[in-house]
Amino acid sequence: MKYVEEFRDAELAKGLSAAIKAEAEPERIYKFMEFCGGHTHALARYGVEDLLPNNVKMIHGPGCPVCVLPVGRVDEAVALATQHDVILCTYADLMRVPGTKYESLIKARSKGADVRMVYSTMDALKIAQDNPEREVVFFAIGFETTTPPTAVAIKQAQKLGLKNFSVYCNHVLTPAAMRAILGAHTPEGAPNVVLDGFVGPAHVSAVIGTQPYEEFTTDYKKPVVIAGFEPLDVMQSILQLIRQANDGRADVENEYARAVTPEGNVKAQALVDEVFEVRDEFSWRGLGSVPLSALKIRSEFSEFNAELRFRVEVPSPKENKLCECGPILRGEKNPVDCALFGTSCTPDNPMGACMVSSEGACAAHWTYGRFRTELELEESA
Amino acid sequence: MNAPQNPPQKPRGNKPGGRPLDLKNGRVDMSHGAGGRAMAQLIEDLFVGEFNNELLNREHDAAMFRLPPGRVVMSTDSFVISPLFFPGGNIGSLAVHGTVNDISMAGAKPYYLTAGFIIEEGFPLSDLAEIVKSMAEAAKEAGVSIVTGDTKVVERGHGDGIFINTAGVGVARDGIEICGDLAQPGDKILVNGTLGDHGVAVMSKRENLSFTTAIESDSQSLGDLVGAMIDAVPDIHVLRDPTRGGLAATLNEIAHQSGVGIELHESAIPVRPEVKSACELLGLDPLYVANEGKLIAICPAEKADALLAAMQAHPKGKDAAIVGEVLQDARCFVRMKTGLGGTRMVDWLAGEQLPRIC
Ligand code: SF4
Repeated sequence: MKYVEEFRDAELAKGLSAAIKAEAEPERIYKFMEFCGGHTHALARYGVEDLLPNNVKMIHGPGCPVCVLPVGRVDEAVALATQHDVILCTYADLMRVPGTKYESLIKARSKGADVRMVYSTMDALKIAQDNPEREVVFFAIGFETTTPPTAVAIKQAQKLGLKNFSVYCNHVLTPAAMRAILGAHTPEGAPNVVLDGFVGPAHVSAVIGTQPYEEFTTDYKKPVVIAGFEPLDVMQSILQLIRQANDGRADVENEYARAVTPEGNVKAQALVDEVFEVRDEFSWRGLGSVPLSALKIRSEFSEFNAELRFRVEVPSPKENKLCECGPILRGEKNPVDCALFGTSCTPDNPMGACMVSSEGACAAHWTYGRFRTELELEESA
Repeated sequence: MNAPQNPPQKPRGNKPGGRPLDLKNGRVDMSHGAGGRAMAQLIEDLFVGEFNNELLNREHDAAMFRLPPGRVVMSTDSFVISPLFFPGGNIGSLAVHGTVNDISMAGAKPYYLTAGFIIEEGFPLSDLAEIVKSMAEAAKEAGVSIVTGDTKVVERGHGDGIFINTAGVGVARDGIEICGDLAQPGDKILVNGTLGDHGVAVMSKRENLSFTTAIESDSQSLGDLVGAMIDAVPDIHVLRDPTRGGLAATLNEIAHQSGVGIELHESAIPVRPEVKSACELLGLDPLYVANEGKLIAICPAEKADALLAAMQAHPKGKDAAIVGEVLQDARCFVRMKTGLGGTRMVDWLAGEQLPRIC
């Protein structure tokens, strides 16, 4: 565990916590969004919020790919697996995500569908090679981090001349979602932005670099600090965000220089460009339709595009009206503000995006932090 | 305490005969479960031969025995595991350890086990022999006898190689009161060693999870350790083996049963560095990973040091540690002071713990 323990050191955490407390101006409230579910997880799992002063609030953003996958796409995955007799391969995270009427891939499998959990796109390719008489579909999901491996799989399938392999592409783009959050308006038309800055996603930035975040510092005047996933990384980036806010600055800073460069992984970007193009729009669970926010497979690779190969039509699903995911994902509300939180909506029975995976804002608060709300209630009583 | 005298062994005659079992290349077929000669031969040559004890050798459908005075404790468990063979054990030894430990966790000494096998047609006899052999060894080590059993064969495709059910009986001395609903605010919580070894060892052998680790399963019987613990501190309130769902699930169960809260100290919880790294890689939390040779003990605070010393003096408890305490909390929350200095809930798991993608 060398190179890991030092990012979880209690003494260093104490020092950072003291610095944050010293530099955060007591009369002001700081609201920072950690975009990525990995950061939400780190904050919750290590109890980092206990080490922050009360006026520094962390807002859990939409950066968990399974959380933001709309119900309709889950329904399509289930339909593919149950109606088309394919072998449907996907990452474990997606297996439990409920679609309409709580139908998930795990439930579909229990009813006889051939759904397989894979750990890499290469596993899916291997399954296609081993089962030439069956159609194998890889249900691809994720942000910029998981896109290059999907591109590799498609290129590899082409090279191997595989006729029974295709990809159902659900890859989404980080900057587009950040833009949607910052561009939100109140019903009266005023900008609705409550954020003072972003903790930027580490793995995504390792691929796309730091440059794509420049627009948030210029167009929206919001600082972005790209941070690693260890708790001390996140604390360090919070300190840097507080300093920027205090100075009235909005810069892209890179706390995660051990893996992120300004230009990112140029080779991976080129590969992704070769295989994918941007969709005009894509629906996000909780955020609704977001323009230019997802990728589809280019026509040169149509034969590997499951969307073209299979006709799946599912009735358009409705999300629960009481669900407050949208305002939560934009940082306007907290999980406890939702009437369904912890009553009809729990991780065992999620009603909305934020409860779906452990990295969602509601699930993280329920799983790791709900004692805190109770303590606050007790203290205020 | 030894079990009272059992009847003397009966002389054996009229063997089923027929072709000897081909333990090297043979496979289980439907006839091995059909009640005829082949089944009798399988039982005689393999099960009776390996488990070899006078109760079983009488080949009656039920075992008859006396037990020492005290309260009879009974438990059963079914074992389905993939892969069947893993570093540090196999489904057979696991099936013995699991039931022996369930009985031990009531503070009882286990005496007798039953074994039921559901075998899929085509299962290699050599694998079956290895499994049965390791069951016999595990039983011997735990000081229990496998005294009756059952064999069924299901058609190919209707089972996952082999399923084993074991049931067991043991006896708890009068005066010993150990149960999941007896944790008291103020009590200390101890574990006998490193957590997550079994789960990680098994996962490392699952096909398509390609990582290598030197970790072996911790599968072992805990009866002797429990005996030493009770001798040192008869006033243990709760004993439990944190198998599926790991430490986290088991402590949540105990908190609910006892109507108390629990606070853990992350830095005191023993986890091997290799297990930590594997969990890191797979996005898992060792607190939720399965164990098969570990126990949780909850005892009054003033007895905790004595209990810790007794555990550490035993080879199966040499890495024992005090990892937390019981709190008054009607909401039955299990929380943890993290190594970083914060606090978080250690909640029930929603569904199965699955590796994360990013
Ligand atoms: S508690 Fe459930 S329903 Fe409410 S906002 Fe969160 S995810 Fe949506």
